[in-house]
Amino acid sequence: MTSTSTRDLVSQPYKYGFVTEIETDKIDKGLSEEVVRLISSKKDEPEFLLNFRLKAFRHWLTLDEPDWAALGYEAIDYQDIIYYAAPKQQAKKASLDEVDPKLLETFDKLGIPLSEQKRLSNVAVDAVFDSVSIATTYKEKLAEHGVVFCSFTEAVKDHPELIEKYLGSVVASNDNYFAALNSAVFSDGSFVFIPKGVECPMELSTYFRINSGDTGQFERTLIVAEEGASVSYLEGCTAPMFDTNQLHAAVVELVVLDDASIKYSTVQNWYAGDENGVGGIYNFVTKRGQCRGARSRISWTQVETGSAITWKYPSCVLQGADSVGEFYSVALTNNCQQADTGTKMIHVGPRTRSTIVSKGISAGRSSNSYRGLVQMGPGAKGARNYSQCDSMLIGDQAAANTYPYIRSQQPQAAIEHEASTCRISEDQLFYLQSRGIGFEEAVSMMVSGFCRDVFNQLPMEFAAEADKLLALKLEGSVG
Amino acid sequence: MIRPDAELLLDITDLHASVEDQPILKGVNLQVRSGEIHAVMGRNGSGKSTLSKVLAGHPAYRVTSGTVRYRGENLFELEAEERARLGVFLGFQYPVEIPGVSNLEFLRVATNARRLKQNLEELDTFDFEDHVHERLKVVQMDPAFLERSVNEGFSGGEKKRNEILQMALLEPVVAILDETDSGLDIDALRIVAGGVNQLANANNATLLITHYQRLLDEITPDYVHVMASGRILRTGGRELALELEQIGYDWVDKELAAQGVA
Repeated sequence: MTSTSTRDLVSQPYKYGFVTEIETDKIDKGLSEEVVRLISSKKDEPEFLLNFRLKAFRHWLTLDEPDWAALGYEAIDYQDIIYYAAPKQQAKKASLDEVDPKLLETFDKLGIPLSEQKRLSNVAVDAVFDSVSIATTYKEKLAEHGVVFCSFTEAVKDHPELIEKYLGSVVASNDNYFAALNSAVFSDGSFVFIPKGVECPMELSTYFRINSGDTGQFERTLIVAEEGASVSYLEGCTAPMFDTNQLHAAVVELVVLDDASIKYSTVQNWYAGDENGVGGIYNFVTKRGQCRGARSRISWTQVETGSAITWKYPSCVLQGADSVGEFYSVALTNNCQQADTGTKMIHVGPRTRSTIVSKGISAGRSSNSYRGLVQMGPGAKGARNYSQCDSMLIGDQAAANTYPYIRSQQPQAAIEHEASTCRISEDQLFYLQSRGIGFEEAVSMMVSGFCRDVFNQLPMEFAAEADKLLALKLEGSVG
Repeated sequence: MIRPDAELLLDITDLHASVEDQPILKGVNLQVRSGEIHAVMGRNGSGKSTLSKVLAGHPAYRVTSGTVRYRGENLFELEAEERARLGVFLGFQYPVEIPGVSNLEFLRVATNARRLKQNLEELDTFDFEDHVHERLKVVQMDPAFLERSVNEGFSGGEKKRNEILQMALLEPVVAILDETDSGLDIDALRIVAGGVNQLANANNATLLITHYQRLLDEITPDYVHVMASGRILRTGGRELALELEQIGYDWVDKELAAQGVA
């Protein structure tokens, strides 16, 4: 009989696994107070920032790496990592024409053309290569609207007052182990500022690329939306294939004032390691947004498909009355990938509302956990939360877990939680096949049906891409 | 309609097949020509449903020996989806539910996969809507079912109508209907049988797998086969079905014993 067994399919190779040969300015491996000072001086930073780093570093030394997540990996040797690597070119160029063509080529290959002629028409892009931002498109056009979109390094130079005001105001430098590490050694990232009453005229996007094999990536993103402002922001990430693991520990902070909104979408496709679990990115990320103003809104949408390890809980602190937090997530793990991801919705203000929709797909021998906290504080009178956590298993060797935590100190708050687990069965696949639909298309139809609620939240340009990415990732999954 | 010169669509020779190493089919021989309607009857466990699954290419069924030629081609060299595209259709006894996949989208993808093989143009979303609405009439189905997930929350009768709708869209050359009558009340049975009759023509063939005569009151078979112990024990015309209705299957055991099979 020639029917395809799900086990027979061979994995699709990772398309973004190439390395760019480029001269790099790297510092020596290892982490110490001197290294923190060196990074700060390389970036010619103001004193407040150096102090921020040093405080974080000293605190980090007192912390132990967290072990509560459902993740298993060999201990990370923090002295065996390079904390700063930058492509050798002089300070950021005024014009893209001066950027090393090799770098432009790299982003071209990744499908992120930066040059004037080819750039995406309605998306402004900040391209981050290893530790530094190499180019930001449409900056001038955005500036006409008063929107600031630039690399973190530039923001420190051009808008130090904003950085000083907001940096660490949502994720404190002592928030957790990885946030403290990031606060000590972060090298670059993106900064977005949308002034009062401005609706950002285009999608903003940052594309992160890890290139070096022994370098950690520690970027920092800060987005501030003033009263009545709104913005939609998307980040994407890829990395070359190495048989060693690289550490990625980012921090993202969002601040939203009265009536403002931020929609933050992520398509994460870091290298996941090979089918035996060798190599891949360790992704330990702290993302949090604060709805400070009344009627403000933060919406996180994430499509997590890459990384060997994902540890990530994009959260909302709903302070302002009537503020809204949303979390839409698709996390797909295959082969030996492990993901422990979810969200925290901290209801502080009255009548705050939150929605959590999480879709976990586990294939191969992978493990996929949803971990989420819904907390109703004493002031959250009339607050509401709705959570839905669905897991889909492909094959019989993958694991799915759901860890919902609920804390309420407010009797007049409503919390609803629904969870389900399903498995793609041989009979469902055969049914679709017996109607002429190929095996892989059948799997991807079922998976994208499962994820539809989340994909509908992605900006249009990226929804189709996310669908394709998932199909690609599942090619060769066990059934 | 029997025409000896009609194209031989399905040629099953000494077919043996197992499930989990348990032999179920033990030498099936059957020839189906275009224009013919065959009924395969028999008790539970006689191998009727296994035969349908083997023909459609279900991965859990293993062919151990014998051949099946479909329009001259070795059927077992084709993947399940390829068989479907070439015109082999299985109407399921228990159509599965596929949550999250829109019925309309599913029908469109399936129809286009078949049309591509027939060298017909693929239908875009708009053309397909017109096409499917016209076909809905065959089974008097409410268009609301197109908007739902595939078979999800459908009643037994609605699932069977959805099967015949798929048959109407895919225009199969050989349609194998596995207990399409099971679980249907008489009105639903008439609608489903009416659909099958409308779709049968001189260029295709239908294989009805059923326990009961009542489906054959609605669809007149050219041949009736009685399966027992993984083989076709007896073949006759429609009168054989009527006879079975009278005398039941007790004679089967005797005949098998006489052949030394039971």
